[in-house]
Amino acid sequence: MNDFSRALVYLNDPYNWSRPNGIADLALEHLVISAVAVLAAAVLALPVGVALGTARRGAGLVVVLSNVSRAVPTLALLTLFAVSPIGFGNRATTIALAVFAVPPILTNTFVGFRGVDPEVREAARGMGMSRGQVLARVELPLALPLVTTGIRTAAVQVVATAGLAALVGGGGLGRLINLGFGQQDYGVMIAGAILVAGLALLTEAVLALLSWALTPGPRRLPFLQVRTANGGSPVPEPTASGVPL
Amino acid sequence: MTSLGARPLLDAVSDPAVGLLAVDEAPNPWVDPSYVTDNWDSILAYTGEHVRLTVLAVVIGAVIALPLALLARRSRFLSAPVLGLSTVVYTIPSLAMFALLVPFTGLSSNTVLIGLVAYSLVILVRNFLAGLQGVPADVREAARGMGLSPAQALWRVDLPLALPAFMAGLRIATVSTVALTTVGVLVGHGGLGQLITGGFAANFYRAEIVTGAVGCVLLALLADVLLAGAERALTPWVRAVRA
Repeated sequence: MNDFSRALVYLNDPYNWSRPNGIADLALEHLVISAVAVLAAAVLALPVGVALGTARRGAGLVVVLSNVSRAVPTLALLTLFAVSPIGFGNRATTIALAVFAVPPILTNTFVGFRGVDPEVREAARGMGMSRGQVLARVELPLALPLVTTGIRTAAVQVVATAGLAALVGGGGLGRLINLGFGQQDYGVMIAGAILVAGLALLTEAVLALLSWALTPGPRRLPFLQVRTANGGSPVPEPTASGVPL
Repeated sequence: MTSLGARPLLDAVSDPAVGLLAVDEAPNPWVDPSYVTDNWDSILAYTGEHVRLTVLAVVIGAVIALPLALLARRSRFLSAPVLGLSTVVYTIPSLAMFALLVPFTGLSSNTVLIGLVAYSLVILVRNFLAGLQGVPADVREAARGMGLSPAQALWRVDLPLALPAFMAGLRIATVSTVALTTVGVLVGHGGLGQLITGGFAANFYRAEIVTGAVGCVLLALLADVLLAGAERALTPWVRAVRA
């Protein structure tokens, strides 16, 4: 029996899912860590991105931030937070992941709001809308596709990266990979790899559908963009920090 | 220094019942120049492995990506699956990717290399394709009208015009490959990442972790600066137009 069929056997055993610290528990832990990290990053990055984007200032800062974040290995940041006074565990993992989720959300929010046509904004002002109304009814709908892309990028990145936390004592589904590797039980390791990859792909698909449902106007599914782009020139999907994790 | 074992999964340290270890009282500075000087040889060796893996991954990725991008440019029926597949590969977490490769390539550095090639490949294909599609159709037609063969048109028209996009892709791929190589610690070939997890396993030895982390960032910056310089040298006409 090779390692892949061993992985299937492992995944097919209900007890492996339901037992304490089984797949269900680990997946829940994985998702909670990821959700908290993305929410924290969104709370931090969205207002800053909106403020900078509408003011059309700070482009240099945003670009530098997203470029530097690409150069910093996630593993390094996870480890640095784990050995800081915070102590290793889920709290350090969540903070490190939140730090990594900020640049994509910030950059895309910034670009989205900066890209709103000034004449549209002026027209809205001329119609007597207050600043708040312009923001909520004009700028937000126009910027929304990019904002949701940023959040999706960040979320997929965080779900994918959360697996690395297991290398430095964190929780989540990465534990199966680390455990299986450590015990030379490649079946468990592959099962973990399939689960982590599946969760990342699922996150991507669910959030893509969600952003499609939320986006007003002519809607395009993000993964179908290439096919629907007219004139044969596909619009490259605007993502901030394109780093596979 | 007391070792916690190579797989720091146990919660022994955070368990209050264990109490304070003597080693907790010892100074554990974030930056320690003496660590770097004392371990210069192993740091250099890890840096060498890091550079080797990165360069090989980006070069092999580019060699595969160029024909793929040329093929994908021909029709939308080819570009859609290429881009779709690259999105899927891109979404697979690196740890999972390396774990899935272990049964085939074992604990060799080839496991890391193949994973890194896959990631740099998908970044490069997208950027190469974007660069090639950015070449204006009338320019290509003019080249054909002047009697250039397809190979000549590719070499003398398409590639120079797409070069800025190519270089941008190479820079992104290189910088993210430098960062991703650290995940190779799973199979013991993570380059400077070995210092990061090594320090973690050696009772949270901060100086070693920071050395690995800073080394990775410096390596990425250096690679980016080198590629930016190469881009400048390869595209003199860009500056000529601006001047």
